[in-house]
Amino acid sequence: MMNYFPDEVLEHVFDSIASHKDRNSVSLVCKSWYRIERYSRRRVFIGNCYSISPERLIARFPGLKSLTLKGKPHFADFNLVPYDWGGFVYPWIKALAESGIGLEELRLKRMVVSDESLELLSKSFANFKSLVLVSCEGFSADGLAAVAANCRFLRELDLQENEVDDHRGHWLSCFPESCTSLVSLNFACLKGEVNLGALERLVSRSPNLKSLRLNRLVPLDTLQKLLMRAPQLVDLGIGSYVHDPSSEASNKLKHAIQRCKSIVSLSGFLEVAPRCMSAIYPICGNLTTLNLSYAPGLHGNKLTKLIQHCRKLQRLWILDRIGDKGLGVVASTCKELQELRVFPSDPFGAGNDAVTEEGLVLVSAGCPKLNSLLYFCQQMTNAALITVARNCPNFIRFRLCILDPVKPDPVTNQPLDEGFGAIVQSCKRLKRLSLSGLLTDQVFLYIGMYAEQLEMLSIAFAADSDKGMLYVLNGCKKLRKLEIRDCPFGNSALLEDVGKYETMRSLWMSSCEVTLGGCKTVAEKMPSLNVEIINESDQTEFNLDEGQKVDKMYLYRTLVGHRKDAPESVWIL
Amino acid sequence: METRVNYKNELNLMATELRLGLPGSDDKPSIRNNKRNSPDISEDYSSSKSSSSITMPGDDDQDSPPPAKEQVVGWPPIRSYRRNCIQNTKKNKGEGTGMYVKVSMDGAPYLRKIDLRVYKSYPQLLKALETMFKLTIGEYSEREGYNGSDYAPTYEDKDGDWMLVGDVPWEMFVCCCKRLRIMKGSEARGIV
Repeated sequence: MMNYFPDEVLEHVFDSIASHKDRNSVSLVCKSWYRIERYSRRRVFIGNCYSISPERLIARFPGLKSLTLKGKPHFADFNLVPYDWGGFVYPWIKALAESGIGLEELRLKRMVVSDESLELLSKSFANFKSLVLVSCEGFSADGLAAVAANCRFLRELDLQENEVDDHRGHWLSCFPESCTSLVSLNFACLKGEVNLGALERLVSRSPNLKSLRLNRLVPLDTLQKLLMRAPQLVDLGIGSYVHDPSSEASNKLKHAIQRCKSIVSLSGFLEVAPRCMSAIYPICGNLTTLNLSYAPGLHGNKLTKLIQHCRKLQRLWILDRIGDKGLGVVASTCKELQELRVFPSDPFGAGNDAVTEEGLVLVSAGCPKLNSLLYFCQQMTNAALITVARNCPNFIRFRLCILDPVKPDPVTNQPLDEGFGAIVQSCKRLKRLSLSGLLTDQVFLYIGMYAEQLEMLSIAFAADSDKGMLYVLNGCKKLRKLEIRDCPFGNSALLEDVGKYETMRSLWMSSCEVTLGGCKTVAEKMPSLNVEIINESDQTEFNLDEGQKVDKMYLYRTLVGHRKDAPESVWIL
Repeated sequence: METRVNYKNELNLMATELRLGLPGSDDKPSIRNNKRNSPDISEDYSSSKSSSSITMPGDDDQDSPPPAKEQVVGWPPIRSYRRNCIQNTKKNKGEGTGMYVKVSMDGAPYLRKIDLRVYKSYPQLLKALETMFKLTIGEYSEREGYNGSDYAPTYEDKDGDWMLVGDVPWEMFVCCCKRLRIMKGSEARGIV
């Protein structure tokens, strides 16, 4: 029957299939579906840039318009990966540029992006529209200047939490007068000044601008002018927010803010005077997303008063200075809350401001729609976790980080096995889980038994033996990413089922008990995996003895064999 | 490098002592964890981007509070970008270095002090100086310094030289400025 439909019809049908997974499935049905799917595919997501080569990507999807690439392993975020490990985007851009592909959108995470690559990008794709860089590094304002100057139809320039080397503000002046297409501009992570006049003119000539996130050095009077020019904004990131509430400037700002009736997402306050927050109240009632996690200046009453105005909040990112009481206010106000992230304001300090299990229990009781959690806290109890599991069975992401990584339940002095066990048993849709606190093999037995949908698991300082890892590998059929640090898992766990790793994106093990010999065995048995050993100590000391414990191992499936760009500290077996 | 001998003689001072030795020069075992023994040594100090430092006293004793915070590499798991922001905030609040410098003005009876970290750019600093001393400094130009006024802001840098404020990038200025002096009159014009 399928043959009776002309290709165009099937293409049209496939167009409505958005999810990558579904499109991948569609391509496996038969040869003609494979063919039609590949020519009509516009968006590709590559979770590990070393799993495939740009040449093969281009060969299969000549109609590619949007590419998402992720580079370094997740633990690179926490300084566990050498800075020169890899993840360079340049070869991708070069290959795409030479292929004639009409790239329009590039989204990168944890990749090394040089100014050279940004310049090549800006000059190679006439229709380029959207650049999103998350947790990347290697570029400076010069690269941004090239993008601004050359991408004539740029709609989106979104920089999230990147380490940018150079902070000259000239890049913003490089947007030509003819550029009027901007929809989204986020430069909150830049530390340097920008040309304020150029910024005002840019915003004035961008009628479609919906999202604007400023950095700390954009002063209040500029903010006011920008808001007057862009009352249609939907998403606003405020840089500096310090003013005297009784001043004329403050009144003007209030007026400007009130005109912005479409703002549903608010973030920033990188510099803030808490007594000025009342100017924001008029728009709080519309907010669905609020990110105050970079505003340590906001806490106590001023913070809770603000939150009390945000009844429609669905996503809240906050610092632990909010305290358990403040979370109680969240619980009683934000009934629509789906995602909560509580970050540590003083990760290495005394922890007076921190939250405990009490805050989490309050939120779970007040916010039944909660499905995504990242919670840094001083302590956690089994009883609390069991209560949370009962109150919120809908968790898709549950990431708990107790600041002392091996802390037991302070009330019972027991490990937190039962608490996390309750979470995985109750939350049948759980896809991502991060554990912390004192944990034995038992919690992994529970995870293997109940976490049927689990795709990503992060483990640190846990377990008693190889059994822990085995429970997980045997039980979690949908596991894609497993990252482990400082656990007593050794070769027997690693080698039990090497075929499993081919069904996963990657496995990270650091400071565990696996040896060089064990890693070599995996590499020998599974040619479809790259097994990388990262060794940052003095090279001459590195012992080639098979019994030597491996400090960091990162293995991942790949279709293209060993990569050629590894530094000296990385050894691919 | 400190030697072991010093520590024997200093009772309990090590718990509270701030040291500048390389991470890992301490011979203490790893963080409290009854499962793991190998210390998580700092590979990171060889990494140019790293800002996490490692000291590893064991803190098994419950009697005294832990020393100035032990840190385990990569824990708690927060992105380095966020980590750097926290550390910068602390600096700005004066919990870290703080940057108070003396400001003298020719002819004024006493000196003042300002915190350079409060300002983010030259215009902000100059405005503050103008307010503080009730004068006008004028606009900076690379060629002519501060024309349009009898005053020129100068600073003493790390080498002991007196420099005109405004020539070097702001961040560099904040790091090397030891004190400020607002020059007046013929001396000011002479500096250009």
